[in-house]
Amino acid sequence: MILGILLLEAGPVAGQSSETVGTRLRYQNEEGERIPVEGVMLSVTTVDGSEVGSGVTDADGAFSVPVPQPAVYLVSIDVETLPVGIRLREPDRVNVEVEVGEGRSARAIFSLISGDAPVVESGGITVRRVAQLTTEGIKLGLFLGMAAIGLSLVFGTTGLVNFAHGEMVTWGMLSAYFFNYYGLAGAFGFMAGWWPPLGQGMNLILAAVMAVIIGGASGYCMDRWIFRPLRTRGVSLIAQMVVTIGLSILARYVFLFLFGGNLRFFKDYSAQSAIQIWIVDITPKDLITVVLSVLFLIAVGLFLQRTQTGKAMRAVADNRDLAESSGINVQRVIKIVWIGAGALAGLGGVFIGLAEQLSWLIGFRMLLLIFAGVVLGGLGTAYGALLGCLLVGVGIQLSTLFIPVELKNIGALVVLALVLVLRPQGLLGRRERFG
Amino acid sequence: MPGERSTDGGHSLAGVEHVPGVAKPDPVLVVEKMRRAFGGLVAVDVDHLEVQRGVITALIGPNGAGKTTFFNLLTGFDRPDTGSVVFNGRDVERLKSHGRAREGMVRTFQLTKALTKLSVLENMKLGAGGQTGEHFLQSLFPFLWKSQEDAIEERARELLRRFRLDHMADEFSGTLSGGQRKLLEMARALMASPAVVMLDEPVAGVNPALTQSLLEHVRRLPGEGVTVIFVEHDMDVVWDISDWVVVMAEGAVIAEGYPESIGKNQAVIDAYLGSDHDGDELDEGSAR
Amino acid sequence: MTFAAIDWGFIVIQTVETSLGLEAAVYALAAVGLNIHFGYAGLLNFGQVGFVAMGAYGMGLSVTLWNLNPWLAVLVGMGFATLFALILGVPTLRLRGDYLAIVTIAAAEIIRLLARSTTLGDITRGAEGLHAFIGPFRELNPFDPGSEYGIGPFMVGGNQFFAIMLGWGVTAMALLVVWQLMRSPWGRVVKAIREDEDAARALGKNAYWYKLQALILGGVIGGMAGMVQAVGKATIQPDSFVPAYTFFFWTVLILGGVGRIWSPVIGSIIFWAMLTFFQGTLIAMVNEGLIPTGLMDPTQVNQIRFMLVGVGLALLMVFRPQGIFGSREEMMLDAR
Repeated sequence: MILGILLLEAGPVAGQSSETVGTRLRYQNEEGERIPVEGVMLSVTTVDGSEVGSGVTDADGAFSVPVPQPAVYLVSIDVETLPVGIRLREPDRVNVEVEVGEGRSARAIFSLISGDAPVVESGGITVRRVAQLTTEGIKLGLFLGMAAIGLSLVFGTTGLVNFAHGEMVTWGMLSAYFFNYYGLAGAFGFMAGWWPPLGQGMNLILAAVMAVIIGGASGYCMDRWIFRPLRTRGVSLIAQMVVTIGLSILARYVFLFLFGGNLRFFKDYSAQSAIQIWIVDITPKDLITVVLSVLFLIAVGLFLQRTQTGKAMRAVADNRDLAESSGINVQRVIKIVWIGAGALAGLGGVFIGLAEQLSWLIGFRMLLLIFAGVVLGGLGTAYGALLGCLLVGVGIQLSTLFIPVELKNIGALVVLALVLVLRPQGLLGRRERFG
Repeated sequence: MPGERSTDGGHSLAGVEHVPGVAKPDPVLVVEKMRRAFGGLVAVDVDHLEVQRGVITALIGPNGAGKTTFFNLLTGFDRPDTGSVVFNGRDVERLKSHGRAREGMVRTFQLTKALTKLSVLENMKLGAGGQTGEHFLQSLFPFLWKSQEDAIEERARELLRRFRLDHMADEFSGTLSGGQRKLLEMARALMASPAVVMLDEPVAGVNPALTQSLLEHVRRLPGEGVTVIFVEHDMDVVWDISDWVVVMAEGAVIAEGYPESIGKNQAVIDAYLGSDHDGDELDEGSAR
Repeated sequence: MTFAAIDWGFIVIQTVETSLGLEAAVYALAAVGLNIHFGYAGLLNFGQVGFVAMGAYGMGLSVTLWNLNPWLAVLVGMGFATLFALILGVPTLRLRGDYLAIVTIAAAEIIRLLARSTTLGDITRGAEGLHAFIGPFRELNPFDPGSEYGIGPFMVGGNQFFAIMLGWGVTAMALLVVWQLMRSPWGRVVKAIREDEDAARALGKNAYWYKLQALILGGVIGGMAGMVQAVGKATIQPDSFVPAYTFFFWTVLILGGVGRIWSPVIGSIIFWAMLTFFQGTLIAMVNEGLIPTGLMDPTQVNQIRFMLVGVGLALLMVFRPQGIFGSREEMMLDAR
């Protein structure tokens, strides 16, 4: 069984005189060749729905129409016209938004697959489907959990809900992307031609390590240069929360500015065939990231349980005043929590990027799911955050048995609201916090 | 010296036995089997307690005895694991904190809660109950509540005069000193025309001059039909104004009695000596 | 290729028009709602754009789906906003403030995703949005759509003029209501809850109920902003309700000074004046070649705008929460 997942080169194509919008449809067969798909009907509309043009793909699988001006356009694929055995990896992604810059062309990406690839099928509830969705859910839950632990510990130790935490996830993902494509120095154009890993891009594994280091460093900077001064100034938590909001908007649009609105993939490991374990299909990269995240989470757990610093963190989260009076250096603990939160968010971002597509907005979407998980588990508790995220991940995926895929994340919010009514302290939280 | 008693002077308690949980002739508040644990730690475990109407009852005990938690449970700011509170003959267990306040059980806090960005006068007016203008729709039509508001303001200004805060009426309450805030909080509580005022450490952090005037006000309350329960660490104060003393230790009521006799109670002495912090306070008190 | 080549007159006219125009009115109105939430009741609403969307869709759907007359449609829009407030407030207002923040920011995004989903496509028309609702509202327009209205160089078409008048008119009404409420005993309780909820409860005030009322009132006013915007733009699109707009409203509110009657209006005018002037200048500089297109193209100017709001919001909140005209002393009362 299997299949291929097709990927298209991302990014705007420079050097054309006027703006066009198009796509190039190909899929990867079992030998790994990329086969163009001809004769598929596509149309381009503006965001308010007026049609700009339509047509069918040529022998290279290419399709392109000129557009009147730089703007955001919507490319829609008519799935009925896809050849037999070829379909969208994500069946509900029939409309793709692209942003066209002046004098540029933009390409929409449709991932096509052939054969019975690990696609989310609609239809009846079968053991196989439940097993597949549960696996996907655990994967999502682990990645969310990795990011959520940091959010929860920052809240536990400082009382601050960090609304910029999602952007820390995106930051990890995007820095890994840039290292993956351009190497250590690539971001500074003039060194781009240097030998790897300095120029030309480095293997994703190395890039991920870099992303984690950068994530930790940014966590440190956020504490050292922003939140520690605010704490010493006596700025209220509410004001600090609004500051995190400001930071998240700033970061989000800096990402959009640098990265563009298109969805992209890492250079390595993006096209992989799934292997079958029992009745579950999983790609090797997913398997590896899942195993890695379990290992990392265990390591975090051991750190919190066994090391002096970890115990101090839990003590501060438990009762800050008591911890301070018993001689714990609270500022130092908070600094370490921020570094750890940044690093874990970065790693989570790389893993999420491997499992899905890269986008400037993904951190914000993840943040909402992380919130659901963290509240479900108990705000401020590290293990609760992980448990909550796993439940949210599995819940989201399994909910697609009953509701349309595009609505699955909404289920997470319903859970959030229900938890707040029934057990506001979360599954692992204590009632005292709400006295 | 404990001569200057409240109007009642504890006479209504004559003949009541000095044992924990004893029945009183006219209880305004009856607590039954109240228990509250935090995790493994039992903070409050009061089997039975009655509070006499129209007198000043002091609630004392070493640090960590559960006094403030007990206050919170009585006023609905915390929920007990088990137990009931009967106030004025009515079981108020189902009432939340604001509901109990409306029934006439008004409290103050250990850390004062002056509403800093409201003026002193606004603070006072907030205390009054049953205001028409506090309903959303009515509030849009001033003629519906203007006369009531004027009456409330008059009462507020009069109370402020009594508490010597009238010169501050139009200032933000955030500009008051710590002691003035305690005074304001008590005056504000009185605006609610309570049957019982519950004062959590009313003179903590207040300078001696203001303390005297504060105690003066407390002493006068029973004469106006207000029952007073207060938590206090300073034994001089307890000695000075209370008619009856309830002693808590480790969450339970261990002794009750007149202030003069309570210092001689063996259980009380043990409880205080067992704790490192407050032993000397009691010694000071009993030495007088 | 110089600054002199930039058409400053055009930029200034645009700046004035925008800062008194439809957007400014809509933002002022949404910020009036937010001022009730945060400024008076101390509620952390991070999803005001959700209320705006609910108002707009409630009104739009009433016409396109149920053929209601415009006045009923407005009532339905207010009903939608109320419903949204209840869904958000009932579970969270008993809890600490950050829970409301978390739930509102998530819920507002959910509204947008629902509106643009294909599942509800038959009702909300997905990303394309609603257009057909505008007819009955145009009939209420007393101005001639064919002529221009305004003073001097500031002229707009009749439909646009109607929308602007409507926007500022509704804002004036909302301000009147807020002014009356906040000098009444109701406002006193709400402000007391903002200062210290426990103190209010100890005096017999049902803090939960007042917070819910405040959430509904501010939400309904936010919904009115959505309706004004819908009438002015003749369209209701899900993507005009992205989460970042909530924080545009926050920036407006903080610019004007949290918890003051006039702050939303003053804040909105300043906000739009600064933003339009900046954007106009930047675009002109790109067009004149003063900024190389490799560095920035005109679509990216819009992104810079968002970045600026992000930075501005953070800085204002830390350094001038009392607004750019507010007094320092009042703020100092917080630092007890």
